[in-house]
Amino acid sequence: MPEAQVIHLDEARPGRSVATRRTAAPAPRGRKAAFERCQAITASGNLCRNRALANGFCTVHRPPPPRERIGPFDSEDVRRALDLARRRLLGQYEVDEFGFDPEFTEKVVLPLVRPFHRRYWRVDWLGLSNVPAKGAALLVSNHAGTVPVDALVMKFGLLDVHPAHRHVRLLAADLAFRMPFVGPMARRMGNTLACSEDALRLLRAGELVGVFPEGYKGVGKGWKNRYHLQRFGRGGFVEVALRAGVPIIPVGIVGSEEIYPMIADLKPLAQLFGFPYFPITPTFPLLGPLGLIPLPSKWIIEFGEPIHTEEYGPEAADDPMLVFDLTDRIRDQVQQMLYRNLMKRRSTFF
Amino acid sequence: MGQRVMITGISRHLSAKLAQRLEGDPAIEYLIGVDTEEPEYDLERTEFVRADIKNPLILKVMETAEVDTLVHLNVIATPTRVGGRSAMKEINVMGSLQLLAAAHKSDRLRKVVVKSTTAIYGATARDPAVFAESMAMESAPVTGYAKDSVEVEQAARDFGRRRKDVVTTILRFANFMGSEIETPLTRYFSLPVVPTAMGYDPRIQFVHEDDAVEVLRRATVEDHPGIYNVAADGVLLLSQAIRICGKFALPVALPLAAPLAGVMRRIGLVDFPRDQLQFLVYGRVADNARMKHRFGFHPAYTTREALEEFVAGQRFQRFVTPERAERWQQDVYDYLRRKARREAEV
Repeated sequence: MPEAQVIHLDEARPGRSVATRRTAAPAPRGRKAAFERCQAITASGNLCRNRALANGFCTVHRPPPPRERIGPFDSEDVRRALDLARRRLLGQYEVDEFGFDPEFTEKVVLPLVRPFHRRYWRVDWLGLSNVPAKGAALLVSNHAGTVPVDALVMKFGLLDVHPAHRHVRLLAADLAFRMPFVGPMARRMGNTLACSEDALRLLRAGELVGVFPEGYKGVGKGWKNRYHLQRFGRGGFVEVALRAGVPIIPVGIVGSEEIYPMIADLKPLAQLFGFPYFPITPTFPLLGPLGLIPLPSKWIIEFGEPIHTEEYGPEAADDPMLVFDLTDRIRDQVQQMLYRNLMKRRSTFF
Repeated sequence: MGQRVMITGISRHLSAKLAQRLEGDPAIEYLIGVDTEEPEYDLERTEFVRADIKNPLILKVMETAEVDTLVHLNVIATPTRVGGRSAMKEINVMGSLQLLAAAHKSDRLRKVVVKSTTAIYGATARDPAVFAESMAMESAPVTGYAKDSVEVEQAARDFGRRRKDVVTTILRFANFMGSEIETPLTRYFSLPVVPTAMGYDPRIQFVHEDDAVEVLRRATVEDHPGIYNVAADGVLLLSQAIRICGKFALPVALPLAAPLAGVMRRIGLVDFPRDQLQFLVYGRVADNARMKHRFGFHPAYTTREALEEFVAGQRFQRFVTPERAERWQQDVYDYLRRKARREAEV
């Protein structure tokens, strides 16, 4: 076994006193080095070829002084965080006409959501290359899980793991925007009302739009119907895609069904609160607030082959037969993806 | 022969500013301002006529002055100054109907400009994020200023249909903002602590008063038939706007918002019309693309710049200024460093 090249990740961060090798710098070509080399970069800009001491640097180059730390944090990170806080306090940030605040979404919400899709639900991402790095596209996904967490996982997952770190602009029901705290938060994260005007506006601006045609019928379906796609609305999303001439990307989300298994729906209570359904799960409301903790199921999110709508032309949006046909095709594709990925998953939780 | 222009509501800020702009234009031969109150602004060659637009005599005034352009700005948003909601409705709706009826009879007339508002789009959670001109009237507001404006617009459109020879322009203005104009909204932002609806953060959009006057001027001297949203580029969140003003928000539970507004009205703090409270819950943004492309007007101020110009007018105390915020940031940073060092020594 050849000896592995040891590269000290910690000292290779920006802001160093001595210029050091980039973390991902390839090992010197040719004969494998029998010893570790110094991490410094010489004045002429080349990698230092001297033998490294125990600290990773040679006798000529001294290691950079340890960065100042404030408690457990790097002082530079603390300064950046305070800078952000100051600008927010002064209102020095931009929102678009939908109320989307990218800075807030990336710097405040994403770090909070990241552990969920990475560690808690351990999402496997398939077909990421089907999501374009730029330009408009319509993501059409199944919807499940009693609480529309799947939408947020898809949104923040793409922002986090997609090479282009794209924001998905989700289309949500008006209930979301009527609710205090939830509504403004939904807008701040770039989502808007599910209506053709907003969808068209976003697509024409070259945004990635996410839509869940099953709506409440999908999120609020009982446990016995899990992974059975509901009706895909009246195909309004297909009309919008045709009109804007953007590709439709089917998305299959496996795992969201098990986070809050809904075994019953208390309709009278739902009517009382004006909600579309009132869920009873094995833990809610039995365990009180503890019942709000979602189950750690294993997730697989797959992006299918894009369906190109440009060839039909915008007039095709007024052809109901074509719209129904495309709607059925997409629904079928999503259903196939779900079955395929369910087979792939070893068990619900692993 | 030059243009002969009549402006209604000349005692009001926007009308007077428009008159001042038009006075400098040699193509305007004659300017006449109509109102029931005397204007407080310096007007040089604008002739002031004390007349009530609700009175059919207004036709006589138009005929004698040989008016060919009518700019109708006498649509008011707040009921308190005129003595109650019914008086306000009387002025707004009946006044406009009478005025347009008189205009219908006037043979010389060849242009009518009517001021409206984006408030006619309403503000609910079920509306699209951005209103285009074609989207109005689907959920027409049923109260107050917005309802009046819907009716005024309806009358103006009926007029336009009957008098096809007259160029009819309807301008839907976003909320005015600037260092001189005074509206319920500018007074709201001048409050020491700004009450907001708890759990809501609406998107808001302004139009700077100078831009508004310029659009009115161009609608008066040029021909732009049709309906246009007049709004600045860019959007602010209410919380953001309050911070730009250097203030703190006071979130109020929604059921208490209307009573609070009532109290503030009674003690003369802010006369914020009850029907406009919805705006502070869901907000409203209008699409200004038609104004830019068809009208050909590009606003000089963005929404943020309009607000900043208002803030620079220094009409109120600011608690958070950029300088102070910078100092606070340094203080917090120094404190954290000192603390960390002390702990390291122990």
